[in-house]
Amino acid sequence: MNQPCPLPTTARDIAPLALVSVSVEHRGQRLLSDLTLRIEGCQRTVVMGPNGAGKSLLMRLAHGLLAPSSGSVAWLGATPRQAMVFQRPVLLRRSALDNLTYALAVKGTPRHRRRGLALAALDHFGLANLAKRPARVLSGGEQQRLALARAWLLEPEVLFLDEPTSALDPAAIKAVEEAVIDFHRRGTRIVMTSHDLHQARRLADDVVLLNAGRLIEHTAAKTFFQAPRTAEARAFLKGERVW
Amino acid sequence: MTGDPNAFHIALALVLNLDAALFDIVGLSLRVSLTAVTLAALIGLPMGAALVLWAFPGRGGVIVLLNALMGLPPVVAGLGVYLLLSRAGPLGQFGLLFTPSAMVVAQMLLILPIIAALTRQQVEELHGEYRDQLQSLGVSRLRMMPTLLWDARFGLITVLLAGFGRASAEVGAVMIVGGNIEGVTRVMTTAIVLETSKGNLPLALGLGLVLLGLVTLINAGAYLVGEFARRRLG
Repeated sequence: MNQPCPLPTTARDIAPLALVSVSVEHRGQRLLSDLTLRIEGCQRTVVMGPNGAGKSLLMRLAHGLLAPSSGSVAWLGATPRQAMVFQRPVLLRRSALDNLTYALAVKGTPRHRRRGLALAALDHFGLANLAKRPARVLSGGEQQRLALARAWLLEPEVLFLDEPTSALDPAAIKAVEEAVIDFHRRGTRIVMTSHDLHQARRLADDVVLLNAGRLIEHTAAKTFFQAPRTAEARAFLKGERVW
Repeated sequence: MTGDPNAFHIALALVLNLDAALFDIVGLSLRVSLTAVTLAALIGLPMGAALVLWAFPGRGGVIVLLNALMGLPPVVAGLGVYLLLSRAGPLGQFGLLFTPSAMVVAQMLLILPIIAALTRQQVEELHGEYRDQLQSLGVSRLRMMPTLLWDARFGLITVLLAGFGRASAEVGAVMIVGGNIEGVTRVMTTAIVLETSKGNLPLALGLGLVLLGLVTLINAGAYLVGEFARRRLG
């Protein structure tokens, strides 16, 4: 389950992320309860579960956008460089190119290097001819690729993706999945949510199954798809809703 | 001036004859109001954004106060500035009373709450959309401020226009602190008040039409710029 990073450049270990007895409450409602989970190594973890299971919440907690009501979320070691790609890409009201140079500026890249790096990233994600186009008038698939290009420039050690393909057509989904594989090949740990079983089969090394704010199962993808340990997981795989 | 005492004719004649006194008045009106808007924007835009980005005790009170001050009567703002700048007042030694500078200060105080409060509303909406992404990128709050203001720019043009409209239309504040001195502090609105009280209603109305035309022109310009940018940037 704990694969080493594939590239020698990132051979140094990325700190494991440990969630210990994490709960999140909002207005008296428990959205996540008593979740203990450790995500480590350089694999692709896919968080699955029905709508409202708490997948997005888990991503926001892990990325540090949200503090738990109780329990702890901690990196066991140096906090790695992270990036997150959201379900609906949030792009600034500027050109595609400016969206990327902005991220580089925030990252602290010297001014004279930003443009070249940004153009290279646009090219890498097949957006080179859209550089001057306002980001907000791009199609959904192009916007998501731009969000991936922005994440690419941040050179994250851990990349979180929250349902990155749920609003896209098949061609755009394929582009996003290829990008995820690209990131992984570069030595980035992937943590993504999905409710698409086929996508999880294609991408996952490791599966986390949530339901109603509880951790049901955390196993290697092979085991999960061939011989799930819990009845809930078996039902989920068959597309039944036993809960 | 023509013999026909019709307000439209008078307005037209004033403009077409390039009436020097009129141009002085119009020029001063624009200079005072545009300076006031610029200064109020320099303070009000960051202030509105800061109210969104930083939580501090009493923030709710500040927001309520700003909203209430949007309805501040111009004469009250004028009176306040008058008391500050008059010879016996705390800022009396600068001798600013009855100068265009005093009018700028009064109008700025009048529209600062408008610009700050409306900016806060615009930025708050955008911040709700951007918050997670900016935090994810590791953007500091100080840096979020220019980012949010720039990305809210289309809405903020309207905010600045609202401020300019209020500044150029008010008469109470500039009358009190400016004094309507011919050639020095006389602006469109105070000239209209004067002509009305002298009974020269057609001239007053003519001046009013010129004022309306000017404000319309400026608004049309800003609208076109905004629409063009909106269409191009989505």
